[in-house]
Amino acid sequence: MAPTTTAPPVPTADAPVAPRRRNIDLGAIGTVVTTAIIVVWCLAPFYWMLVLAFRDSDYTFSTDLWFSHVTLDNFRYAFDARYNSFARSLVNSLLIGTVVTVVSMVIGVFAAYALARLSFRGKGLVLTVILGASMFPGVAILTPLFQLFSSWHWLGSYQALALPQISFSLPLAVYTLTSFFADMPWNLEEAARVDGATSRQAFRLVILPLAAPAMFTTAILVFLASWNEYLLSSVLSNGSTDVAPSTVAIANFTAGPHIVPYTQTMAAGLIVTVPLIAVVLLLQRRIVSGLTAGGIKG
Amino acid sequence: MTVAGHVEPGTAGKPGGDRRRTRIRRGALRPREARTAFLLIAPALLLLALVVGYPVVKAVYQSFLTDPGLNKATGMFDAGNNWFGLHNYTHWLLQRCATPEGGYTSCPSGALGSQFWSSVGVTVGFTVVACTLETVIGMAFALTMHRAFRGRAMVRVAILVPWAIPTAVTSKLWQVMFDPQGCVNKLLGTHYAWTSSLWPARSAIVIADTWKTTPFIALLILAGLQNIPAETYEAAKIDGAGAWRRFTNVTLPLVKPALAVAVVFRALDTLRMYDLPKILTGGSNGTTTSSILVVDQLTRGANSASALSTITFVLIFVIAFGLVRLLNANLFGAQAKAVR
Repeated sequence: MAPTTTAPPVPTADAPVAPRRRNIDLGAIGTVVTTAIIVVWCLAPFYWMLVLAFRDSDYTFSTDLWFSHVTLDNFRYAFDARYNSFARSLVNSLLIGTVVTVVSMVIGVFAAYALARLSFRGKGLVLTVILGASMFPGVAILTPLFQLFSSWHWLGSYQALALPQISFSLPLAVYTLTSFFADMPWNLEEAARVDGATSRQAFRLVILPLAAPAMFTTAILVFLASWNEYLLSSVLSNGSTDVAPSTVAIANFTAGPHIVPYTQTMAAGLIVTVPLIAVVLLLQRRIVSGLTAGGIKG
Repeated sequence: MTVAGHVEPGTAGKPGGDRRRTRIRRGALRPREARTAFLLIAPALLLLALVVGYPVVKAVYQSFLTDPGLNKATGMFDAGNNWFGLHNYTHWLLQRCATPEGGYTSCPSGALGSQFWSSVGVTVGFTVVACTLETVIGMAFALTMHRAFRGRAMVRVAILVPWAIPTAVTSKLWQVMFDPQGCVNKLLGTHYAWTSSLWPARSAIVIADTWKTTPFIALLILAGLQNIPAETYEAAKIDGAGAWRRFTNVTLPLVKPALAVAVVFRALDTLRMYDLPKILTGGSNGTTTSSILVVDQLTRGANSASALSTITFVLIFVIAFGLVRLLNANLFGAQAKAVR
């Protein structure tokens, strides 16, 4: 432990000597430089997607690092139903994502409430089972589901895409919600009851407003995970472009024969990505706390 | 744990009319609470049993059955689903394929059976290289973000961008950049056909994966860093520890729990990697991961695909378990603490 015989060390530690100050300046410059590196690292590929999405496809391989040969044709192509099913896939992604999110949240909230708030035997086991389920590789359930849905003539149907996704999104929802709920000031519920509220009132007027942001964040994370899903969707949609989500549509993007549709794909990718980035920017604090709460990947 | 039993009597002692009765009821009759908890959790467990438990058990069962196909011994078409013992497993593990005479020989190159061990090697290789890179760079990012006060909000925003882009879009984006005429070659002054030769293709996947997930690791490590009290650093500083000593003797041990969890989750994710190599290189040129091999096998013979997915699953489980033991990662710690 530090010998605290001299003056309190905390505030004036780096004030007096000259060489030390220079040292700190160097550190500050280093921090600025590394910060810049991080920002460039994260944004440069995204910037390139932006540039290409707005670039005339004749100039796909132009070395111009700035916006040049700007056109909106790529976006028109992306939504041209003659060449690809991208527009339809956006609707599919929204539809599947909404169903998956609603189901996972409704069932997940109950389970998370019980895990965080009630005491019962086997709680640790339930947590382990749920966390274990989220770690399953998708391929472990793919083969039997493929056969089962094939025999039910479900391949290429919305339910075949939505139902298996719950195997990943429900554990994610339960896990994130549980850690949010565990940190909630539940004694406020007790206090409300002392003040004369019925337990239903206490829940509706005190707990629900407190829990709403956590539930909203979790729902966003679950929806993002569903929007990103590719393995199960690509196999279980079985080539049907009527139900394939946007990830599958982008992987199979075409813009007519004999064209490498790079710029058009980037336009489509931008359409899929920009709403997500907007949400992330608006809710970044919440999303970070949600991600780190469970330490689990969204 | 008897938390409720501990807390409730204290609060139940307070006066409070009929409200008091409800509290006593909850405190005294814990079976009722347990029953409520069970009712609340049952739907989740039921759904998981349906969409995870049942398929996994079915896959394991199927892995012991024959695939439909020409029966090599009788020369007749076989409907499949006969008991096949461990033959599906030896097919993959020992790379033994059936011969027309009804015996077994090592699989010809090109057959999926001969690709098993290479796919395992590729999967594990990606995991080791990518996770190491991501952890080291993520650590550097986290330390920077921890120190940066100005521009911190901007860094936090920037760092979420790669994470927010769907992997399918990421794969396409890097495919464009790794084109022989793409910007990566132009920037480096090289002419690699990145996605169509062995090591460039593998490097491309590792680079794209590192780009996408390093920010996530950095976020988890940053959360760990922020839990270290500043006084610990002050004390070490006063004791004369230099920056490097402070890093190795204070930061690393204290951030290790967060780091270990991040590494385990990343490893699990990389071990089941599918989208990135599938879309970026189509799994060609030595980038076929175990997951890609399972999907390739799926329509050719679902029962041997089941054996393959079971092997993959066991492999991932064993590696994850080993990592947890090795890093002493407490995956449930944060949760258990929060819940308790």
